[in-house]
Amino acid sequence: MTDTLNGKGLALIPRTDAKQTLKDFKSDQEVRWCPGCGDYAILAAVQSFLPELGLKRENIVFVSGIGCSSRFPYYLNTYGFHSIHGRAPAIATGLAASRPDLSVWVITGDGDALSIGGNHLIHALRRNVNLNILLFNNRIYGLTKGQYSPTSEIGKITKSTPMGSLDKPFNPISLALGAEAGFVARTIDSDRKHLQGVLRQAAEHRGTSLVEIYQNCNIFNDGAFDTLKDPGVRDEITMRLEHGRPIVFGTGDNERAVRLSPTGGVEVVRRAEVSDAEILVHDAHNPDPSLAFALSRLDEPAFEHVPIGVFRSIDRPSYDQLLNEQVQAATAGTGMGSLADLLHGGDTWSIG
Amino acid sequence: MTKQVQQLDRVIIRFAGDSGDGMQLTGDRFTAETAQFGNDLSTLPNFPAEIRAPAGTLPGVSSFQLHFADHDILTPGDAPNVLVAMNPAALKANLGDLPRGADIIANIDEFTKRNLSKVGYDGNPLEDDSLAEWRLHAVPLTSLTVKALEGYDISKKDAERAKNMFALGLLSWLYHRPTEGTVQFLEAKFAKKPEIAKANIAAFQAGWNYGETTESFSVSYEIKPATLRPGTYRNISGNQALAYGLIAASVQSKLPLFLGSYPITPASDILHELSKHKRFGIRTFQAEDEIAGVGAALGAAFGGSLGVTTTSGPGVALKAETVGLAVTTELPLIVVDVQRAGPSTGMPTKTEQTDLLMAMYGRNGESPVPVLAAATPSDCFTMAIEAARIALKYRTPVMLLSDGYLANGSEPWRIPEIDELPDISVLYTTEPNGDDGTYLPYLRDPETLARPWAVPGTAGLEHRIGGIEKADGTGNISYDPDNHDKMVRLRQAKIDGIDVPDLTVEDPDGDARVLVLGWGSTFGPIAAAARRVRAAGHKVAQAHLRHLNPLPANTGEVLRSYDKVLLPEINLGQLAMLLRARFLVDVISYNRVRGLPFKAAELAAVIQDVIESD
Repeated sequence: MTDTLNGKGLALIPRTDAKQTLKDFKSDQEVRWCPGCGDYAILAAVQSFLPELGLKRENIVFVSGIGCSSRFPYYLNTYGFHSIHGRAPAIATGLAASRPDLSVWVITGDGDALSIGGNHLIHALRRNVNLNILLFNNRIYGLTKGQYSPTSEIGKITKSTPMGSLDKPFNPISLALGAEAGFVARTIDSDRKHLQGVLRQAAEHRGTSLVEIYQNCNIFNDGAFDTLKDPGVRDEITMRLEHGRPIVFGTGDNERAVRLSPTGGVEVVRRAEVSDAEILVHDAHNPDPSLAFALSRLDEPAFEHVPIGVFRSIDRPSYDQLLNEQVQAATAGTGMGSLADLLHGGDTWSIG
Repeated sequence: MTKQVQQLDRVIIRFAGDSGDGMQLTGDRFTAETAQFGNDLSTLPNFPAEIRAPAGTLPGVSSFQLHFADHDILTPGDAPNVLVAMNPAALKANLGDLPRGADIIANIDEFTKRNLSKVGYDGNPLEDDSLAEWRLHAVPLTSLTVKALEGYDISKKDAERAKNMFALGLLSWLYHRPTEGTVQFLEAKFAKKPEIAKANIAAFQAGWNYGETTESFSVSYEIKPATLRPGTYRNISGNQALAYGLIAASVQSKLPLFLGSYPITPASDILHELSKHKRFGIRTFQAEDEIAGVGAALGAAFGGSLGVTTTSGPGVALKAETVGLAVTTELPLIVVDVQRAGPSTGMPTKTEQTDLLMAMYGRNGESPVPVLAAATPSDCFTMAIEAARIALKYRTPVMLLSDGYLANGSEPWRIPEIDELPDISVLYTTEPNGDDGTYLPYLRDPETLARPWAVPGTAGLEHRIGGIEKADGTGNISYDPDNHDKMVRLRQAKIDGIDVPDLTVEDPDGDARVLVLGWGSTFGPIAAAARRVRAAGHKVAQAHLRHLNPLPANTGEVLRSYDKVLLPEINLGQLAMLLRARFLVDVISYNRVRGLPFKAAELAAVIQDVIESD
C-alpha cells in the first residue's frame, strides 16, 4: 500500500533556510478591495503566516477564480494565476498533479466555489490532489453588486430577490464532507490566531484541504457574522473543535457540551446536565465521517452555536502522489520509453 | 478441384452486420492482413452511437469498408465490390450502395421470417429473384460455424459468435490474404480463455476451407502488393496517429505531456491511447467535465507541461472560455477537436467539417487562435507535432481539427525515422528580463511576439497572470483604453505572423484553369476525383489547406491565378465564407452534410461540371 504523506504535506516542496518576512510575500500591486472588507484581514494573515512554512517562495502558487476574493493572487509575491469563474480547482488540479514540488493554494468564494464551480469543487475534494482551497464565505455576491449566493439564508432580500430568496443554502462543511474530503475546517477572518492555526494544518495535510473562512462583506452583507465577533456573545456560541478534546463551549451557567443523541446524531446540552464520560471527544482522524458531518449540522439554528476548527483530517494518498507513482512504475527498470520502438510497434512491413 | 484465380487491381469490401456481430473487429483483422500483404489501403468504419441497438434492426447495423489496391489509393472507395451481410438488416441498409454485378455474401441462417419482417421484407430476398442483378452467395455462416466447432468445449452462444471469424476466413481465402497474423491475434486476444481462442481459430480456418471446397465460389482473386515509397510501414488510424504525434511532440519538445480530457465520441480513443504510454512521462487526467479537462491542461501548461485537451464539437463549445483564458495568458495549449455531426449531440459517430468557424471565432472578445486540420489519418501524426510546435514557439492555444472519418479510418503509414522529426524544444525563461532584475511576463520576443514562459519554481521570476487585461510588458492589471487596443492588436499580430508553409498546388500539366481546393479530411476524395477527371482528359489543379489560421501567405495569389476555384466542404460553406471575405475571390462551394465523406465519383462529376460550365 502506498505510504501517505499526511502530516508531511510539505515534504516534497523545496525549503529555504533564508529568513522570510511578511514583506517578502507582498507584491507591488495596490490592494483594491473596499475599505473595511474582511479580505484585508485574511490577506494580512496569509502574508504573515507564509514565512512560517519555510518554503521557497517560488514554489508557492495561488490560483483563483472570479469574484472579490479571487483578486487575492495579485497581492502576493508568489506565482499566481487569476483564472475564470468557478474553474480554479480544475486549473490548480492540472498544476498540482503535474508539479508535486509546488504548494498550490486555491482562493475562491461562496459563489465561485459553490455555484458556478460546484462540480469542480466536489471532484477536487474526492480526488484529493494536493491543494489548499480557501473558501471565503461572505454569503453574498459582492463583485456583481449584491445578489444572494448559494450560502445566503432563505428569505434573503437582495437586488435579484426583492421578495426574499427561496432556495436552501449549502452548508460548505457538510458539502465537503459529503464529497469525501480528507481535510475540512472552518475559521473566521477576524480571528487571526485561529485562522493561521487552521491554515498551518491545511498546508501540512497532503491532499485537498478545504478551509471555509467566514468573511464579512461590509458593503452588501455587512454584519453577517457579527454575532460571532461580538465580545459579549462570541464565547457563548463559538464551539472550538480540537482533536482529542471534549467538545464544550460557553461560559459559566451557559456552559454547554456535545454528546451523542438518541437519534444517532449529536446534540448540544447544558454542561451541568451531563457527566464527563458522556461528552463527545472530538476525533478529527476518525475514518468514518459521520460524526464530523453531524457536528457540521450544529450550525442550526443559526448562530445558536457555530462549530469552528478542523472537522476532519484523515490520512489517505493524494491523487498527484498516486499519479506520479504510476508514471514512476511505468518507467522503472526500463527508463523512459523509446519513440522509435513505439512507432514501430504492432504489425509492420517493409518496402524497398 | 482447381479454382480459377483472377487478377484485380483494386477491391472494395464492406462487412456489415448487427452491432453485436463483431464487424469492426472483422474489418480490422482483414485490414491487418491486407496491410501485411503489402496492398495500399484505406478504411471507413461506420457504426451506430448505440452500443447495442436492438438486435436485427436497421439502426443497429454496423459496417466496415475497406478499399485495397496494387497502387496508391486515396479513399475507402465509393461503392463496394463485395458486401458481406450478416443479417437482413445489413443487406437492406447497404444494398443501395451496391452497384449491379457486385458480390453479396449473405448469412442465410439469419434470414428468418422474424428477422425479415423486423426490417420490412415481405419475402426472402435470398430466395426470390430480387437480387438477380447481383452475384449472390447465400452461405449458412452460423450453422457452418456451429458445426465446425462441435468438438469444442464452448457454449452454443460462443460458437455462434465465432461466425464473424468464419466469414473472415472465407474472405481471406477469396483474396489470398496471409492468415498467420489473425491466428496470433486470436491467441493473444483470448489468452485467458484458451478454448475460445482455439474455437475462433478453428472457425477462421473452417471459413478458409469452405472457400476452397465449396462450389459457391469458383474464382478467387489476387491483388498484387502496391509499390509504395521504400520504408517500414504500419497501418494506422487517425486517432492513433494523433496520439502518437502528441507523444512525439512531447519527446521532441522535451516537455512532459499532460492530457486533461473528458470521454466523448469520436475522440475518446486518443485518451485511451495516451493513457497506455505513461512510460513516456505522460500524465493523463480524466476530468469531471470538458471544462475541467481543458482547465487542468492549462494549469499544467502554466507549470511547464505540454498541455493538451482532446474532445469533439460539443466539448469545444464548453471549453471556449478556458481557451480564451489561454489566449490572454498566452500559454501553450493544444485543443484537439475530432469533429462530428452537429448541432448539439447531432450524430456522434458520423463525420463533418462543421466546427471550422467555431474553432476560428467561438470565443468572446478578439481571441485569435491558430487552426490546423489534418488531411488524412496518418497526417494526424504530423499535424499534432505541428500544433505543438506552434503552441510552444508562439505561446498560444492551438486548435487542431480532425474528424470522425479520419479518427476511425486507417491507412498504411510510412513510419518516419526519429531524425526526420522536427526539433520543437523550447527553453523556459530563467533570468530576469527587465531593468533592475525585474521580470516582465509580457515583454515580447520581437520576432515571434511570443512572451517569455517562466514556470513556478523559478526563483526571482514570481509573477501573476490572469484573465483581466494586462499592461503591455509588466502584465499588471490595466484598464487603460490605449493599452487594451494595443494588446488586442498584438495578440492578433502574433497569430497572423506565425510561420506557415506555402500552399502547394498539384497540377500535372501546369495549365489547368480550375482549382479544386480543400481542407481536412476531404483530401482523399478530392485527390481521387481530380485523378479521375484528369484520366478523362480534363485539366484540374488541386491544393489542400492544412493551416487554416493563419492561412499560407500565398493563398490569395494561388486563388487568384485560376479562372475558377471549387471548394467542396462537408458543411454549408464555412471556409468559402472566410476566403471570400479575405480575398474577394468568388469561390464556388460544393456542400453536402450527410455525416459521410464525399465520394470520389460524386466530386469528379462536380469538378467536371465546373470545368465545362461557362
